Amino acid sequence: MCTCLLIDILTMLNINEIRNDFPIFQREVKPGVPLVYLDSTATSQKPLAVIEAMNDFYRRSNANIHRGVHTLAEEATELYEQSRVRIARFINASAAHQIIYTRNTTESINLVAYSWGRAHLKAGDLVILTEMEHHSNLVPWHILQAERGIELEFIPVTDDGLLDLEAYKTLLARSPKLVSFAHMSNVLGTINPAAEIIRLAHAAGAVTVVDAAQSVPHFKVDVQALEADFLAFSAHKMCGPTGIGVLYGKTALLESMPPFLGGGDMIKEVKLRSFRPNSLPYKFEAGTPAIAEAVGFGAAVDYLTSVGMDAIAAHEHEITEYALERLEEVPGVRVFGPSAQHKGGVTAFTLDGVHPHDVAQILDRDGVAVRAGHHCAQPLHEKFGIPASSRASFYLYNTKAEIDLLVNGIYKVKEMFG
Amino acid sequence: MDDLYREVIIEHYKNPGYRGRLDPYDIRFADNNPLCGDHIEITLRTDESGTITDARFDGHGCAISQASADLLVESIIGKSIEEVKHLNKEYILDMLGIDLGPVRLKCALLSLKVLKAGVYGLGEASDSLVE
Repeated sequence: MCTCLLIDILTMLNINEIRNDFPIFQREVKPGVPLVYLDSTATSQKPLAVIEAMNDFYRRSNANIHRGVHTLAEEATELYEQSRVRIARFINASAAHQIIYTRNTTESINLVAYSWGRAHLKAGDLVILTEMEHHSNLVPWHILQAERGIELEFIPVTDDGLLDLEAYKTLLARSPKLVSFAHMSNVLGTINPAAEIIRLAHAAGAVTVVDAAQSVPHFKVDVQALEADFLAFSAHKMCGPTGIGVLYGKTALLESMPPFLGGGDMIKEVKLRSFRPNSLPYKFEAGTPAIAEAVGFGAAVDYLTSVGMDAIAAHEHEITEYALERLEEVPGVRVFGPSAQHKGGVTAFTLDGVHPHDVAQILDRDGVAVRAGHHCAQPLHEKFGIPASSRASFYLYNTKAEIDLLVNGIYKVKEMFG
Repeated sequence: MDDLYREVIIEHYKNPGYRGRLDPYDIRFADNNPLCGDHIEITLRTDESGTITDARFDGHGCAISQASADLLVESIIGKSIEEVKHLNKEYILDMLGIDLGPVRLKCALLSLKVLKAGVYGLGEASDSLVE
């Protein structure tokens, strides 16, 4: 019993302290109306540590990286590369060169599609996706389908928002070349059994891509335990800046791939009529990258590590359970996705007779920020027979009191449209 | 902000007078707002002189998009096709009687975009039609 209590205390976040880490919570949306930020699935807020790290970089160390020999260039390079090491550690990658900096998850998936895809996929080859994908894990494959004549199949989503793994096994019998899937749905919140999906894919001889945009920010992800071949995520959804993301890849795969974008930094040698590509990870990092953002990204993973990913996950689970309980009590509210057990901190819902845009707009009066629309997952909304939904999403800084404000706001919407 | 959900808007959203589809029709056009998936279809009947004798809208979307479609369709019956070609953003905003930010402006103007693409016989409803 003593041990249980101890674990409880260790995993409980000091929410006031955490909120104080984020300067944005000091502002009011308008006079007298505090910010209730329930849109972290779109982008998270940034702690002071991240903002300061980037400011410090521009104030003290700003220079372009690599090749420069002056003090600032060396400092900038060092900071840029240190972040890579910390990010590698954060997802338990075995080497820093497996961390390719990109602009975001979308670019990471495009990198795989363009480089690995063009080198390995030909007409008739099968790529398996799922029905719950973000457009960023659909359109790159649509483009390759048009260019190469590859075939696409989709793991179906059940009515309660889970992947139909039996149907997946049937698809695997057709020897797919690639399986690319969301670790966690940005609409349903479903946390997919990534390790099992990957194990089954490998048994069928397929390479795997994990869209980890929603998982890496919210719970501990270990690329070696997952045995992921590729894994993509963005800094801005995990307390870091916009404009930088990561593609993780197994070394042998990354080495076998042709370059993606051509230009400076990605070369070992250039002649007038030819070039030799650089080694990993630089082979995939053409041009001046987002240097200050890389520094901010490093500060973000440090911040998350200091709070503790297990504590963050436990806190979000508690908030999500409470949100589901409160939302389901409101007549006319329909919540999409699985029960809290299989779900991260994302709650998409509709309210009878009121369009999600109107819900979001009226909630905004009380400072409650939720997103409305199809959340870049149009096919998933079609599947559930709705044009759009409202989405409240949670992170380490959200509280149960904020859920109460959300629910009060929904009652106001109902009254207005009554 | 409270103006955004003026009674006239909620009323036209909940009880639209001109929701439906004319069959037969002389002009029909439909399009989506790609940002939010709002959908509007407009059907028109005209006489030999080019006057609109009847009009309806159908589709789904937020209160702003649906109310402005209802108000627009109501207002064009009796107008000529040539007149409709000259309707602009201010015409819609005057009817709604509200100020809108850039995101909701797209909702409000969707029906006018669809209407103008229809009367001009265009393949696509572009933003330039309502600027």
